[in-house]
Amino acid sequence: MREILRNISTRAFRVWQRDADVYFTVWKTEFLPPLMEPILYVFAFGLGLGQLIHEVHYQGRTLPYLPFVAPGIVAVAIMFWSFFEASFSSYVRMYYQKTFDAILATPLLVEDVILGELLWSTTKAMIAAVIMLGVLTAMGLVSWPTGLYIIPIAAIGGLLFAGLGLVTTSMVKTISQFNVPIFVIIMPMFTFGGTFFPIDVLPKWALAIAWCLPLTHIGLLARAAILGWWHPMVPVSLAYVTITALFFAGLALVRMKRRLIQ
Amino acid sequence: MRGISFEVKPGEVVGFLGPNGAGKTTTVRMVSCFLPPTSGTALIYGIDVRERPREVKRMLGICPQEDNLDPDFDVLKNLLVYGRYFGIPAPEVKRRAESLLDMVALGDKIKSPIAALSGGMKRRLILARALLNEPRVLILDEPTTGLDPQARHLIWTRVRALRATGVTVLLTTHYMEEAAQLCDRVVIIDEGRILLEGTPAALVEREVGRTVIEAWNHAAEFAEFLRGLSGRLEEVGDRLYFYPAEPDLVERELEHRFPHQERLIRRATLEDVFLLRTGRALRD
Repeated sequence: MREILRNISTRAFRVWQRDADVYFTVWKTEFLPPLMEPILYVFAFGLGLGQLIHEVHYQGRTLPYLPFVAPGIVAVAIMFWSFFEASFSSYVRMYYQKTFDAILATPLLVEDVILGELLWSTTKAMIAAVIMLGVLTAMGLVSWPTGLYIIPIAAIGGLLFAGLGLVTTSMVKTISQFNVPIFVIIMPMFTFGGTFFPIDVLPKWALAIAWCLPLTHIGLLARAAILGWWHPMVPVSLAYVTITALFFAGLALVRMKRRLIQ
Repeated sequence: MRGISFEVKPGEVVGFLGPNGAGKTTTVRMVSCFLPPTSGTALIYGIDVRERPREVKRMLGICPQEDNLDPDFDVLKNLLVYGRYFGIPAPEVKRRAESLLDMVALGDKIKSPIAALSGGMKRRLILARALLNEPRVLILDEPTTGLDPQARHLIWTRVRALRATGVTVLLTTHYMEEAAQLCDRVVIIDEGRILLEGTPAALVEREVGRTVIEAWNHAAEFAEFLRGLSGRLEEVGDRLYFYPAEPDLVERELEHRFPHQERLIRRATLEDVFLLRTGRALRD
């Protein structure tokens, strides 16, 4: 680990820049999903589910379903965008395109490559969050200026799932094996991480599990920012997300280094 | 690897030959800082690959065996992005990229996507990319495998031109002709060890002599006759290889005694040395 920290340098930015260059050459198609996602959800929830659920009790207050679910959708987007970039996309760059091998023939070290990938996956989560913030603002679902807190939340939340994504990339032998972490880690968070319903309706044991899921905390922070409601758990969630983010980022560096040097 | 030791002088072209799995690529990967040696040291212009890999890699131009061009970018952008990794200022990279693309005859392809290039064009682009940082040492790992003769000769011409400018070249290849064409010195390795080392001509002369007689559709008495002469006889399938100690004498004898025997007399090559010393058994 000491060696890894010593080898990390600002050259990681060059790797970030490479990925960003690819992204912005095809930005028209890349921007579409985060733009469309909230719109689709709003229609589905507003016109469909919202007809069945008139109000939600959250933090001792009641609010319509749509403003409740909207920040949750942003939290999910932060998770999906960084995780998928650091898993499938990084794997394609590493295994099929040999992009990392090409970079390692230059003065960059393995650590620079991994850090660059972590930062880029984090950036993708931030881009998605910003676009969605714009769309939700246009729909009148964002409290300003607290809504802007979604940017630092996307940064730490993005780093967390970027780290987790790269850890899985370091472990899988074939690209189809990503199905395992997706169904064991990502989908349970998507469904039970407090996105679609307030978790306090869950039985005690399930509630305990839900509080362990990082997405629950990212969702809590996103809701506090976008609704503009302070939540007493905010400092705890912030600490939890930050610590797990640093843990997974560190683990990603260690494991990916082992995978890349062989 | 089981312990190899070698030295390359500045400006020298050295070829590493060996069957699959001999350790050529492993050696190259250690020298180019991809794989830290588990023991021993490698110094490039006096700099240790394990201690200061960034500085070593700044001096190297690496042409890997596999195509690892960036499929997300076009031809020119591949070089521009690569130059950025070296920290070369953008206008300077552009200037070098354009002149290198002309050098490898890709000047009219600068906007082509990588997927639209032929195998030969990709290899040439990889060579151009390896030269972008004006390396002092060029490492070519099987640079012409799978190329047509035109593309192969173009790469040879470029490598010879680079040698003339004083670039040191480390090359691995399966093609003995390539080694003979390009290398000042060859190192034959097998099973992680160095078997032989020397200039191509000296190795051939020392290991197999000057001449080889190949014969086929032969009668038993012909083989029997060769066995009685001084020289080395090898039987592979339906073919005989005879490495005579006194070629002129043997040839006169054969002409006299077996005038109708189908045979070929040719100069011994590096390939004869290679097969003789690493054996004919398949390796993969």
